[in-house]
Amino acid sequence: MADGAERLRGAFSSERAVLVPYLMGGYPDLDATREAARAVADHAAVIEIGIPFSDPLADGPTIQTAGQHALDAGIRPDDILEMISDLRDGPPIVVMTYINLLLHRGARAFMERAAACGVAGMIVPDMPLDEGADVREAARRAGVAIVPLAAPTTSEARLAAIGAQAEAFVYLVSVAGVTGGDVAVDEHLRAFIARARAAIDAPIVVGFGIRTPEQAAAVGELADGVVVGSQFVRTMGETTDPAARVAAVTESARALASALPTR
Amino acid sequence: MAEVAQRFGPFGGRFVPETVIGALDELADAYERVRDDAEFRGELTALLAHFVGRPTPLYRARGLEEVHGFGPIYLKREDLCHTGAHKINNALGQVLLARRMGKRRIIAETGAGQHGVATATAAARFGMECCVYMGRLDMQRQRLNVIRMRMLGAEVRPVDIGTGTLKHATSEAIRDWVTNVASTHYVIGSAVGPAPYPEMVADLQRVIGDEAREQMLADAGRLPGTIVACVGGGSNAIGMFRAFLDDAEVGLVGVEAAGEGLETGRHGAPLTMGEPGVLHGSYSYLLQDVDGQVAEAHSISAGLDYPGVGPQHSHLKDIGRVRYTSVTDAQALEAFTRLTRVEGIIPALESAHALAYLADDEAAARSGPVLMCLSGRGDKDVDQAAAALGIDG
Repeated sequence: MADGAERLRGAFSSERAVLVPYLMGGYPDLDATREAARAVADHAAVIEIGIPFSDPLADGPTIQTAGQHALDAGIRPDDILEMISDLRDGPPIVVMTYINLLLHRGARAFMERAAACGVAGMIVPDMPLDEGADVREAARRAGVAIVPLAAPTTSEARLAAIGAQAEAFVYLVSVAGVTGGDVAVDEHLRAFIARARAAIDAPIVVGFGIRTPEQAAAVGELADGVVVGSQFVRTMGETTDPAARVAAVTESARALASALPTR
Repeated sequence: MAEVAQRFGPFGGRFVPETVIGALDELADAYERVRDDAEFRGELTALLAHFVGRPTPLYRARGLEEVHGFGPIYLKREDLCHTGAHKINNALGQVLLARRMGKRRIIAETGAGQHGVATATAAARFGMECCVYMGRLDMQRQRLNVIRMRMLGAEVRPVDIGTGTLKHATSEAIRDWVTNVASTHYVIGSAVGPAPYPEMVADLQRVIGDEAREQMLADAGRLPGTIVACVGGGSNAIGMFRAFLDDAEVGLVGVEAAGEGLETGRHGAPLTMGEPGVLHGSYSYLLQDVDGQVAEAHSISAGLDYPGVGPQHSHLKDIGRVRYTSVTDAQALEAFTRLTRVEGIIPALESAHALAYLADDEAAARSGPVLMCLSGRGDKDVDQAAAALGIDG
């Protein structure tokens, strides 16, 4: 299989912004995550799957609670990686998790296992630009693309450095805050995305606080991709009936993807 | 200008979301400018003298000497600081700095409530908005401090996630900071967190060690043979130790919480039992499970009920400069009672952990005067200690 960065770059199109749904691995259970990932595949260019961490600093209550639920059920990182290996025929998978899980196992072992399971990229929100040299090196060797994050508070110089580091795409955090807020597509966000565009050549994906097709459409005018996270996680938790759950996430993904504008 | 340290050996760093990197840079720059600035130092020193009551006394505890059969034993009386613990040294310094940086809002996390009270006090003194995150369980066991913070005008936000202790309160405070970083300064209460916090907090607490050093030379005519301090995040310990790190003849001992016993897994002793990892923005010894999920700590003392520790302590452990040991809840309670009865001083349960080390054979075998950091007073702990000791009100 081609390396992760290549598969991820191939997911972006010049015609329209793409949808990147986020699912918390093991919420409400592993089968549900697997089925939901398959269900959204037709509408998604990349799928982001969370590996839960006990102390997720970048996450708001919805994703925190879902992650804690998975941890309480005894879900371990390997269970999620193994589940991801069942999704090879779908869009490329990006894992979102926190650095301690990587360091504790050993960055090299973690990345090799992730690559073997078909993981294309990894988002590590508590590993800013200047940290995690060993993790980056291990990821590069294993063919897993580290997806760097940039925030509205990021300086021009750092935006350029983040862009230079990005092998696949850059994840712009829409607002100063944690996941699950409510984004306003206003002049601040427009100015931030314009700053990022000026400094970064790689595709730009925007996330945090995007819930509705209207928000996705507005952000999709400006970005190459739109992450919708907490909204999918809420939908996953709304019913215990697997068929109804699959139907609900499919419809959400369809509605969001079809709202994304063509250029 | 000396650059503010980011790492201590391999420990420390800034493992935080990108959103707050700019604020950490700004904080490091601001602190670098003021740390040696005469006007800032003058303002802080005057406040420490007239508002906090520094220098705190060095007290020779002859009652303890009699009980333990060795001595001399000196207590550095941080319990006599305004608000009842050493925490005010750091809170005042950071609030003064936040004012200079033009921040209007102060947030803090608190475990035992001492840091929350100190921050609420400093915020009240300077007319700043203050919000303190505190775990639900800690709010119950440190009820008195919750009332004090609210009287001082601070908002106390309960944290329900997890076990409702310091770890979760700290995570929530960081999330608040990530969200409100433009207007808000986060006053971390211990020598933990991302750089520049561990260095800044240690620097602001160093007044403990600097005073104690002078007082020892004046009272005992020599440096101590051994210095003992409790270690949760480790701010009183690092503040004390820093003034003596270069004195090879001075033995330094940090005492962690062994909780119900190290063998039970219910303790707060990352330096004794943990492995290096990342929590709350820095790489340091950490209690964690086989996958790297951060474990819950346990201690009778809310201030030591934390699975992580300041990064400089991890470095001092690895290079062998400080010996870290631990005492159980039961041993701490014994020491609490002992000091109360023989000296007429009710210590904080945190400080009682340091005092409990005196009952160890190792303490008796060490030579020269012993200097204990009595980091806080026990008013906040009387409900809990009374319940544990079966004392009726």
